[in-house]
Amino acid sequence: MSRITATFAALSAAGRKALIPFITAGDPAPERTVPLMHALVAGGADILELGVPFSDPMADGPTIQRASERALKHGVGLKDVLAMTAGFRKTDTATPVVLMGYANPIEAMGWDAFCSAAAQAGVDGVLTVDYPPEESAEFAAKCAAAGLDNIYLLAPTTPDPRISAITRLARGFVYYVSLKGVTGAATLDLAEVAARVGMIRASAGLPVGVGFGIRDAETARRVAEVADAVVIGSRIVEEIENSTPDALLANVKHFVAGVRAALDK
Amino acid sequence: MQMYDLPDAQGHFGPYGGAFVAETLVTALDQLKREYEVARHDPEFQAEYRHELKHYVGRPSPIYHAKRWSEALGGAQIYLKREDLNHTGAHKINNTIGQALLARRMGKKRVIAETGAGQHGVASATVAARYGMECVVYMGSEDIKRQSPNVFRMKLLGAKVVAVESGSKTLKDALNEAMRDWVTNVESTFYILGTAAGPHPYPMLVRDFQRVIGDECLTQMPEMIGRQPDAVIACVGGGSNAIGIFYPYIPIDGVRLIGVEAGGRGIASGRHAAPLSAGRPGVLHGFRSYLMQDGNGQIIETHSISAGLDYPGVGPEHAWLKDSGRAEYVSIDDDEALKAFHNLCRFEGIIPALESSHALAHAARIAPAMDKDKVLLVNLSGRGDKDIDTVARLSGIEL
Repeated sequence: MSRITATFAALSAAGRKALIPFITAGDPAPERTVPLMHALVAGGADILELGVPFSDPMADGPTIQRASERALKHGVGLKDVLAMTAGFRKTDTATPVVLMGYANPIEAMGWDAFCSAAAQAGVDGVLTVDYPPEESAEFAAKCAAAGLDNIYLLAPTTPDPRISAITRLARGFVYYVSLKGVTGAATLDLAEVAARVGMIRASAGLPVGVGFGIRDAETARRVAEVADAVVIGSRIVEEIENSTPDALLANVKHFVAGVRAALDK
Repeated sequence: MQMYDLPDAQGHFGPYGGAFVAETLVTALDQLKREYEVARHDPEFQAEYRHELKHYVGRPSPIYHAKRWSEALGGAQIYLKREDLNHTGAHKINNTIGQALLARRMGKKRVIAETGAGQHGVASATVAARYGMECVVYMGSEDIKRQSPNVFRMKLLGAKVVAVESGSKTLKDALNEAMRDWVTNVESTFYILGTAAGPHPYPMLVRDFQRVIGDECLTQMPEMIGRQPDAVIACVGGGSNAIGIFYPYIPIDGVRLIGVEAGGRGIASGRHAAPLSAGRPGVLHGFRSYLMQDGNGQIIETHSISAGLDYPGVGPEHAWLKDSGRAEYVSIDDDEALKAFHNLCRFEGIIPALESSHALAHAARIAPAMDKDKVLLVNLSGRGDKDIDTVARLSGIEL
């Protein structure tokens, strides 16, 4: 059983929902990433999503674009992100880490080299925004062989037959993009989310995480009523962006703890 | 080479092309694919497209023998396919009319576009006005500075021009931003993509709307000289004018196809926009092709005197044509392009776009060593009025 599957099983047994915060690796600086990961866990995160910086993040809104640009200024690449994951693993062997990013850094490293290096670094899942199933069957097989869960996105515009085609390939959990648009966009239709998530869970037989547009503890709590996991990205990146270096870890931990408390209410 | 039946159903040209997009866009692309499949076999759609090309764009565009310039170069005869004479001054409108007609068929009232030099933005704003659609054009703030006449033109035509401040603030960032808009407004909006790149079906669709350039040449050249040219030369940024003139020539043996990339300050300097000459395959903007990238797979900043060629990728069909050997790709640096720009002005009374000047420069490079009865057909893809500020600045002249 993968670390992701085990985490969801334990949460489900305890009647709890997963909290999955996102940060971009190397933001605001490479040496802050591992401490930030530990702070997220201390605040109550169950799974960590670590963004791999990319020069052209087409599916991201301005907040995560800026995080990518800050990390790239420090020259942070995929190899560094794997090294950060390995650093995190030195003291935390329980919390799953999912890499989220774009195809080209993986293509540049090569599929085989990436899969073995990621597995060795202690990565648990890979979500590649611009690898839809049609273009990634071979990559997904290599991930599976290396013990990495392939996480796929589902969108409000994804038709039902396609949902079942995607969930057949998915491992770990599936990620429902709760609105049309880029990361961090404004509004969220909770009734619509509830209807879709129920359908997806029935089809997938996997836990369903919901993300894009969740900005506060109250929204997270309401999403968690229908989903198995809540992903929060842009709002946490804003917290990083607006914190002084001294207050960074405390602020991020405090924000995550607030969401955790709402989810456990 | 025998004509090929590419792309395949998923948009692949061998290992290139495809549709590498976030899930949010998959359904919209499928919808576009289905609609285009019906439209391309619909005689009414084709008739309206051809009618618009004739009466609105002014096609067919002529081919012109640049006699004085050929004479001065002392070798092969240079013929120019005059896409600069199209309405709006470039080949871009062939494609925007086709896509706007598709948008109308699909009931979309809002169109968006990305632009580098502004030619595609102008062509999109033009057809949006022509068909009564709302139009938003994304343009890098760097490009807005160097192409101000086109920015004003778009505004006159009723389009909203949005300055893109992210990344390198050029064409690639404008494309990112247009994609973000499309993801957000996918139900109401049609994305008029300007070059033969992006996710499937765009590279195929843009090629099909631009092939009119080459199709016309196929009949015009025998009328003028009794045969086909020895080589066809076109500049390549994303590659839409080049694929437009190359495509009908692919099965015609004995005609060399030469694509000319922007060599910027020279390939050795690293400051260029020539992914086919000096890049590696990768995935960007929804397709796999040659890209300008660093060892980490980050896209690197490109440089060219011409905003329209300042793009780190290239259409997937060109990548495939390069690997297959049917087309050859070379590069021309800023100085050579500028020299050809001035020479065409002085010898022929034609002000070419800086983009097209790269193709002209390569013709000027190879013509002298060729016999006088050899013929080079150059795609003069656009006119250079938009570039006069840039050229004046480089020559130290204040307008």
